[in-house]
Amino acid sequence: MRLTQGTFSYLPDLTDEQIHAQVEYCLTQGWALSLEHTDDPHPRNTYWEMYGPPMFDLHDAAGVMGDLADARGTFPERYIRLNAFDATRGIESVRLSFIVNRPSREPGFGLERQEGPGRTIRYTIRAYASDRPEGERYP
Amino acid sequence: MNTAVTPVEGAQPVLGGSVDGSVDGAPPDLDAAIAASPVADLLATLDDELVGLVPVKTRIREIAALLLVERLRREVGLTAGPPSLHMSFTGNPGTGKTTVALRMAEILHHLGYVRKGHLVAVTRDDLVGQFIGHTAPKTKEVLKRAMGGVLFIDEAYFLHRPENERDYGQEAIEILLAVMEEQRDDLVVILAGYRDRMDQFFGTNPGMRSRIAHHIDFPDYAPDELGQIARLMLGRMQYRLSDDAAVALAEYIERRRGQPEFANARSIRNALDRARLRQANRIVTRRDGPPLTRDDLMTIEAADVRASRVFSEPAGDAS
Repeated sequence: MRLTQGTFSYLPDLTDEQIHAQVEYCLTQGWALSLEHTDDPHPRNTYWEMYGPPMFDLHDAAGVMGDLADARGTFPERYIRLNAFDATRGIESVRLSFIVNRPSREPGFGLERQEGPGRTIRYTIRAYASDRPEGERYP
Repeated sequence: MNTAVTPVEGAQPVLGGSVDGSVDGAPPDLDAAIAASPVADLLATLDDELVGLVPVKTRIREIAALLLVERLRREVGLTAGPPSLHMSFTGNPGTGKTTVALRMAEILHHLGYVRKGHLVAVTRDDLVGQFIGHTAPKTKEVLKRAMGGVLFIDEAYFLHRPENERDYGQEAIEILLAVMEEQRDDLVVILAGYRDRMDQFFGTNPGMRSRIAHHIDFPDYAPDELGQIARLMLGRMQYRLSDDAAVALAEYIERRRGQPEFANARSIRNALDRARLRQANRIVTRRDGPPLTRDDLMTIEAADVRASRVFSEPAGDAS
C-alpha cells in the first residue's frame, strides 16, 4: 500500500526535477528546508528524525538536492520527507512537506478491532512494518 | 551527487542562465551574441569604479570572452565541460581583493555562469570546528549556503596551520577540494590572502593550487592611482578637496607610502576618515566668520589633511 501524506499526497511521487523546482520555490519564499526520515509509517507518527540540521540562508536548490542524495544513500529503505519551515512571525510553522523517498516494499496497515463494554467496537490501524523493531522494518 | 537538475537540453552541461539562440545548424552570430550579453556594460562600470588593477581587469575580460565563446560553441553543438572558475586573489593589504570578489559574484551572475550571484564571505572560523566531528558539518553548511553563488574565503592561508598537525583545517580543505572538483557548476570558490602567506599555503596544499585555474595577483597602487581612489571615495561620500588640500593629499600619499604598515586603499580610506573628523571639528569650533554654507560642509581643506601625524614623522626611504 502506497503511503501518502503531506502537501502533494494526491499526486504520484515527484521526480528529482520537480523536487528541485519545489525547493527553488521554497527558497524564493524564504523558507528554511529540512529533511526528516522514519521507518514508522503510522499517520499519527508526526515526529520523524531529522537528517542533519535545518538549512537556513540557502540561495540555491543544489545544496538541498545534494543533502537529499546523501539521505537517500544513507536510508534507501526509509521514508524521507522534505519540510519547508516559514519563520515569519505569526506563522512559524511548516508550510510545505512531502515525501521524497519511500521503501521499495510497503506492506500497509491492518485494521484491529477491540471489543469494549457492551457490544462497542474500537477500531485502530496498525502498520505491519512496525511489528518488527526499529531499523529492521524494511529489509 | 548529480541530482542537481540538468535542464532538458540533453547531456550537454549547461552553464545556467538562458540560452536565447536555438540549437540548429545556423552559423553562430558573434555580433548578436556580444550585443545581447551585458559584458560590455559590465566591463565599462568596472573600469569606472575600480582604479588601476590592470591584470585583474584583463583576467575578467578573458573570462567574459570565454563564457561568451562557450555559449556560441554550445549553439553550434560543440561541447566542453563548464570551465573551472575557481580563483585565488593574492596581493598586499588594501589592494581591492575583497572589493573585486564582491563584484565578481555579480559579474559571473550576469555572464550566466553562476545561477544566483550572491556572495558568501567566510573566514577560517566559519569553516573549521572546535572539536572532532564539528568541522565537516560546518564546512558543508557553508558550502550549501554558497551554492549558486560565490564562496569567498578571506585570509585562506589560516585554513592550514602547519604548526599543529592535528588541526581540523585540513579536513575543511579536503571537503572544499571535493566540492570544487565535483560541483564546479554549482559554485565558484575564491581564496584571498597576502601573497607570501598564500604561496606558503599553496606550497603545502598542492591539490588546492592545481584545482584553482585563475591565480590573480593584485599589484600595489601607484601614487596617482591612490589619488584617484581618494577622489572617488570622497565623491561617493559627497565631499570634495580644495585645491590646496589636493596638493596636500598627494604629498600625504607620497609620505605615507614610504612608512611601514602602508595598506594601499585602506590607508587612504582611513586618512580620509580622519580628515573628515578634523573638518567636522574645525567647523564646530569656529565661532566667528561668515555663516556656514553647503560648500563649507563639503570641502576638506589642506589643514585637515596636513594635521596628520604622517607629516610630523620622518618619511621613509621611498619618498
